[in-house]
Amino acid sequence: MANTQLLEDITTQVRRDILRMVHKVNSGHPGGSLGCAEFFVALYNEIMDRNDGFDMDGIGEDLFFLSNGHISPVYYSVLARAGYFPVDELNTFRLINSRLQGHPTTHEGLPGIRIASGSLGQGMSVALGAAQAKKLNGDNHLIYSLHGDGELQEGQNWEAIMYAAGNNVDNIISTIDLNGQQIDGSTDTVLPLGSVKGKFEAFGWTVVEIEEGNNIEAILKGMAEAKALTGKGKPVCVLLKTVMGNGVDFMMHTHAWHGKAPNDEQLAEGLLQNPETLGDY
Amino acid sequence: MKTYENQGNKDTRSGFGAGLTELGRTNPNVVALCADLIGSLKMDQFIEENPERFFQIGIAEANMMGVAAGLTIGGKIPFTGTFANFSTGRVYDQIRQSIAYSNKNVKICASHAGLTLGEDGATHQILEDIGLMKMLPGMTVINPCDYNQTKAATMAIAEHEGPVYLRFGRPKVANFTPENQKFEIGKALHLQDGTDVTIAATGHLVWEALEAAKTLNENGISAEVINIHTIKPLDAKAIIDSVSKTKCIVTAEEHNHLGGLGESIARVLSQHKPTPQEFVATNDTFGESGTPAQLMEKYGLNANAIVKACENVIKRK
Repeated sequence: MANTQLLEDITTQVRRDILRMVHKVNSGHPGGSLGCAEFFVALYNEIMDRNDGFDMDGIGEDLFFLSNGHISPVYYSVLARAGYFPVDELNTFRLINSRLQGHPTTHEGLPGIRIASGSLGQGMSVALGAAQAKKLNGDNHLIYSLHGDGELQEGQNWEAIMYAAGNNVDNIISTIDLNGQQIDGSTDTVLPLGSVKGKFEAFGWTVVEIEEGNNIEAILKGMAEAKALTGKGKPVCVLLKTVMGNGVDFMMHTHAWHGKAPNDEQLAEGLLQNPETLGDY
Repeated sequence: MKTYENQGNKDTRSGFGAGLTELGRTNPNVVALCADLIGSLKMDQFIEENPERFFQIGIAEANMMGVAAGLTIGGKIPFTGTFANFSTGRVYDQIRQSIAYSNKNVKICASHAGLTLGEDGATHQILEDIGLMKMLPGMTVINPCDYNQTKAATMAIAEHEGPVYLRFGRPKVANFTPENQKFEIGKALHLQDGTDVTIAATGHLVWEALEAAKTLNENGISAEVINIHTIKPLDAKAIIDSVSKTKCIVTAEEHNHLGGLGESIARVLSQHKPTPQEFVATNDTFGESGTPAQLMEKYGLNANAIVKACENVIKRK
């Protein structure tokens, strides 16, 4: 049984990390990062079967791929707090000579990262390749991936979605962060996605919906359901309904904080709403 | 002069297919991907012998590059196969981010490069791919000259850790390099000794360069011929050593003069040994439909064009 309170505490600390990281360099993407904090914390601390340390090939463990690389703050915070690299290194986010580049990359050798992402729409293809490598290696572990909803406007996703079902890649759980927002406004106003569930199902995927995508228990329950659906000949998609900017009231329900850092006062207000739990870096 | 014998015309893409088949038998980590062009890429035999190690992607090249990048995570060595146009320009950002920047061990194998694709015309005749690929940090760029060398190069790149662009073609051309040769990435091959002019050629133009050297010899001009099968990393020493003797150079390639082998050589020479240079390459233009021979004649990419360029560059010494 998962220790939900511990996961909540980690999440609160991760929110603080996100706010402080983007505030320090006055750049980065807090909105989507905050919206996915619970998901990342649950994934790395409860859901995935991970080996100690980091090995690029990841044989004998579950692997995660982030496609919408701009939410790097949440990724870096969760990786550091899961032990992949020193938490103090979060201080170097987006600074020159840092391993914590604006968007995640393997180029500087940051443990935990297996592919560069940032240019959108490429992560699902990579995740599918890794899933097929697992099958060739007789490795029964799973591939997890995360994608933005706006990102689905990139055509490569649909090549990958068609390929996964056509080739029975059933050892992958691809989660879509369904927050309904992108840089220029809501997804409905920029380029309507229509029914994401209907589209995935029409392409031959099994779809699991998590209505409360910022609720740890709901995430654990939904992801357990998704995991139970793997190995049955079809790829599995999780539609995670999140609130952009979750946990910082003035950042919620708007695309305004997609790629904007808080000022000093806003940082103080955000931190006040998220008291220190594990200790700041 | 050394003489080179054509052992019979063969297509370089079949050399790729033969190399891939050999790899299927010898290297269990090699996997192959194709975007609906199995026959054109000569991948049939590999697939027949290793069905579990082959991935038919369909007409979805962007996805193919990403899936290939992912397959490396877990220790596979993916060889992607499609036409050169769809292996580069169509998927440049996927290669840039998921393969080159991520330093993935993917081998991008590109057939039907250049004008010699022939009748299909300019939509398919990419003349910019060497430039696109050589600009990517960490990418190795190879353009072998005949069947035997393409087979050897295909096998050699499996042993090289890191992304590789391997370029070859459609038509049957002279097969004159040794069977079962060892291919050394980045090592230019000295084919003909000469004192008056250096000809540095790549791909299909290497045989044309040898033919040109024969004609030049009959006219009393001694031409040195170098096969630059690896455009990046470039064997700068081989080029500098040769022009130190000949004092002028002609570069020959089935590619735009912008971004190709000639420019890479010009950069090396301008830094280390400024030397008169003439370019046998296309002149910032698209191709068109026609037979390979007609196209190479019209766009100035054959032995005659190399002879003329040599005569011109010698006058500039």
